[in-house]
Amino acid sequence: MNFDPRFSGRQFKSVGTRPIRPDGVDKVTGRARYGADFSMAGQLVGRVLRSPHAHARIRGIDTSKAEQLPGVKAVITAADLPDLTNGDAAMFDILDNCMARTKALYDGHAVAAVAAVDARTARQALKLIEVDYEILPHVTDVDEAMQHGAPLINDAIFTEGLEEKPVKPSNVSKRTQYGHGDVHEGFGQADFIVERSFKTEQTHQGYIEPHACVANVSSDGTADLWVCTQGHFVYRQHCAQLLGMEASKLRVTSSEIGGGFGGKTHVWAEPVALALSRKAGRPVKLVMTRDEVFRASGPTSATSIDVKIGARKDGTITAAEATLRYTSGPYAGMWAEIGAMTAFACYRLDNVKTVGYEVLVNRPKTAAYRAPSAPMAAFAVESAVDELAKELGMDAVEFRIKNAAQEGTRSSYGPVYGPIGIGPTLEAAKDHPHMKAPLGKNQGRGMACGFWFNFGGQTCTDLNIGMDGSVSLAVGTVDVGGSRASLSLVAAEELGIDYSQVKAIVADTSSLGYNDMTDGSRGTFSSSMATISAARNAIKILRERAAQTWDIPVDDVVWEKGHAIARGEKYGNLAALSLKEIAAASGKTGGPIAGHSELVADGAGVSFATHICDIEVDPETGSTRVIRYTVVQDAGKAVHPTYVEGQYQGGAAQGIGWALNEEYIYGKDGRLQNAGFLDYRIPVCSDLPMIDTQILEIPNPNHPYGVRGVGETSIVPPLAAIANAVSNAAGVRMTHIPMSPPRILAAIEAEREG
Amino acid sequence: MVEVTLWGALGQLAGGKTKVEIEAKDIRELFRKLAEQYPAFEPWIDKGIAVAIDGTIYRDTWSKELPQGAEIFLLPRLAGG
Amino acid sequence: MAGVAVSTTINGDNYEYLCQPDETLLDVLRDRLGLTGAKEGCGTGDCGACSVILDNRLVCSCLVLGAEAEGRTIETVEGMAQGDQLHTLQQKFLEHAALQCGICTPGFLIAAKDLLAKNPDPSEEEIRFGLAGNLCRCTGYDKIVRAVQDAATVMKGA
Repeated sequence: MNFDPRFSGRQFKSVGTRPIRPDGVDKVTGRARYGADFSMAGQLVGRVLRSPHAHARIRGIDTSKAEQLPGVKAVITAADLPDLTNGDAAMFDILDNCMARTKALYDGHAVAAVAAVDARTARQALKLIEVDYEILPHVTDVDEAMQHGAPLINDAIFTEGLEEKPVKPSNVSKRTQYGHGDVHEGFGQADFIVERSFKTEQTHQGYIEPHACVANVSSDGTADLWVCTQGHFVYRQHCAQLLGMEASKLRVTSSEIGGGFGGKTHVWAEPVALALSRKAGRPVKLVMTRDEVFRASGPTSATSIDVKIGARKDGTITAAEATLRYTSGPYAGMWAEIGAMTAFACYRLDNVKTVGYEVLVNRPKTAAYRAPSAPMAAFAVESAVDELAKELGMDAVEFRIKNAAQEGTRSSYGPVYGPIGIGPTLEAAKDHPHMKAPLGKNQGRGMACGFWFNFGGQTCTDLNIGMDGSVSLAVGTVDVGGSRASLSLVAAEELGIDYSQVKAIVADTSSLGYNDMTDGSRGTFSSSMATISAARNAIKILRERAAQTWDIPVDDVVWEKGHAIARGEKYGNLAALSLKEIAAASGKTGGPIAGHSELVADGAGVSFATHICDIEVDPETGSTRVIRYTVVQDAGKAVHPTYVEGQYQGGAAQGIGWALNEEYIYGKDGRLQNAGFLDYRIPVCSDLPMIDTQILEIPNPNHPYGVRGVGETSIVPPLAAIANAVSNAAGVRMTHIPMSPPRILAAIEAEREG
Repeated sequence: MVEVTLWGALGQLAGGKTKVEIEAKDIRELFRKLAEQYPAFEPWIDKGIAVAIDGTIYRDTWSKELPQGAEIFLLPRLAGG
Repeated sequence: MAGVAVSTTINGDNYEYLCQPDETLLDVLRDRLGLTGAKEGCGTGDCGACSVILDNRLVCSCLVLGAEAEGRTIETVEGMAQGDQLHTLQQKFLEHAALQCGICTPGFLIAAKDLLAKNPDPSEEEIRFGLAGNLCRCTGYDKIVRAVQDAATVMKGA
């Protein structure tokens, strides 16, 4: 309590260094335990039966034959997961997505599950389950789903956000609008206007570790869940609610997580595993196959976006407008709304208007994917910005600098910005040697900007000081990319001790207070704030103990460089007491020494990035090669710069995959045709060059060290940066992501034919 | 008295108004009075509304004070990756 | 179904196990022998997280049957460190932060070990193509390539 989160400029000793991460050795020796690496005595194997149809009414499910198969210990359907959501529509959607109730809504939708003594028996049992489907017409394309007469996915959904309440149900669950000024008037002032339509295909987060959990429900109503997740406290809440349990009786332990990127913020298999375990009376391990990961979990929205931007001859943008249609899977979502908020966030605009439509389709329920919804909007907007710069005869970077948002600008999503980093990232990009490097034949250079909000949220941290003076730090935000290292640095910084004296762990849900999940780039931002607060609380106790030892008032004791120091000339002969000395005496000065912190880490600073890339296009085949790539991004303060670089590089690589290769391909039957890493191709090592990074540090005023989130923004610019590079290399404007060789070749040939 | 701008879909909850004036010292009081004046807000507040105060977005700090003359925006609560 | 009796050498130790004829080497390693360092990312040989070295050949253990290990020699990530002494590649992966989530790391280490055994002085391009059978979704490969380059330099000098 009474924690002051405001930024104070200070010199750092630990923060900003690059030590080896505390979980490193376990991860290079194979000892680290991920979701599927944990087993319990007597555990059963869980498997899920999934709909092969994109849209079908479930008339009945006969599980009797499966139940009779020797070795099968439980078979469940939606009947075993009754609706306990009490009118909470979002939770009901989660429940229905975990196990289809009246209709299967996409290829891969779970309809039943079994637990058996081994995998072979479980697989056989799935084949014995008879589902009586009435196949219904389906729709997977975003634009088709919006058309009059499209197959209706949920007849209880009426478009929200319209002036008049609609009388007919629709696949559009919501319309939202953002902006200010008068775009009609703004376009009237423009000398040049660019207007284009864009499409992006659906992608998957593509984490290498499939969803995995081990559930153990006891007949006394208590349960344990071991699971790979970005938020074990949130999983506990969701599972407890869906199964009618008390949250405190469900202990959830997060395993090491083999990638999440937003995809492990949602429950799929966990309530099913718990329900199987409850019915079987034994532990159940449920691990998704890669095919299931693609068909049933994850994906981002497929989109269709129209953009119109106008500018005066002097390069000032006078108006900007976008209509964004995002798929949300077969349930209501808010993905287009986020696109509508982020689309023009980089710019200073007097007249701006964005409209978002949330569109239901027979695809898996859309999940968050790293700065969700922002990359697609940035692709459309930044492509049009580049085109407009060309029409004006202005340099692409100069045009953006001229129109960049700055402190005091009213953002396109409403509020006025504080200190922000879009301008500095653009200036850094302009001055970067990459911008001046020569280009070869068939090569083009592109650049683009990106924005993301960043979140904070509820956070709880414990810092315990051992009798030997070593420090254990228990955090509740799952470590997705090295945060135990950065949080250990922060604890060392506050306490004034060495990094090696701190050991950070991720505590389970029964050992620590509630934490929101690691999403919205909040892990290091939020938990570092809680760690600073916990360390300061511990220092208060350390000072009290030193004062007690010296028998002087605590107000005369200060904490400096890991030592309690008596302040004032009268204490001249008192030698400073180290943390180690105070800890060693703690048993006799009042017992264990610890610092705790429970807070809401709010005020996460918004984040901006500018990317530059060089692409070579083969005009004969349409294939592309990334020649050079540079990321410039504001980190506020890089706590562990190596892992900040890692976030920049990883986001860029995911964006490159999205831009050039990755897409969900559905057949006419509504079935996913490429549910595997062979046909859904993510970038491999030989596809990429080194990814150069430049970290800018524009302090976040709402964090003691100035930290901003860094995880997500790096995936926002690549789609557009690459599209602009391809356009400059091949002389054609690409409007459909991914820019796979056939699409590029078709565009080149269409251009040749005029 | 603070002036609150209702953004996105939130305006419709106040009968199409985009700005409302409310006497509130902090976010908690703001939400309570909003729900009293415009009952349609209640389920939205339960689900989560973000409050931008002079450009900084607060999602959960209901004790956050609303300075006189501050620019206050209500935004939908977002998902992240 | 009757089990198949297999006798094999893993990381220098003799192992004997019974497995089903359709059981993969990966499942045997993980579920029967407790060697969970090799991971299943796809089960179809596309991601390389389950990489092991089988008689000096880099393979995806999800594409090898447990029964095929009879009389052969297998190296897994668990066998790379000697006692508490990390292999140079392991050390360099730590120093260069060549991992974020770490799920792909055992596969990359085994693939890199195999690569450097066959080509002790690889160019960047040879490293990139040599590791192209292993997927990493976190790092963008930059720091992995640098770690392997650094390890190669150290190992050449050794």
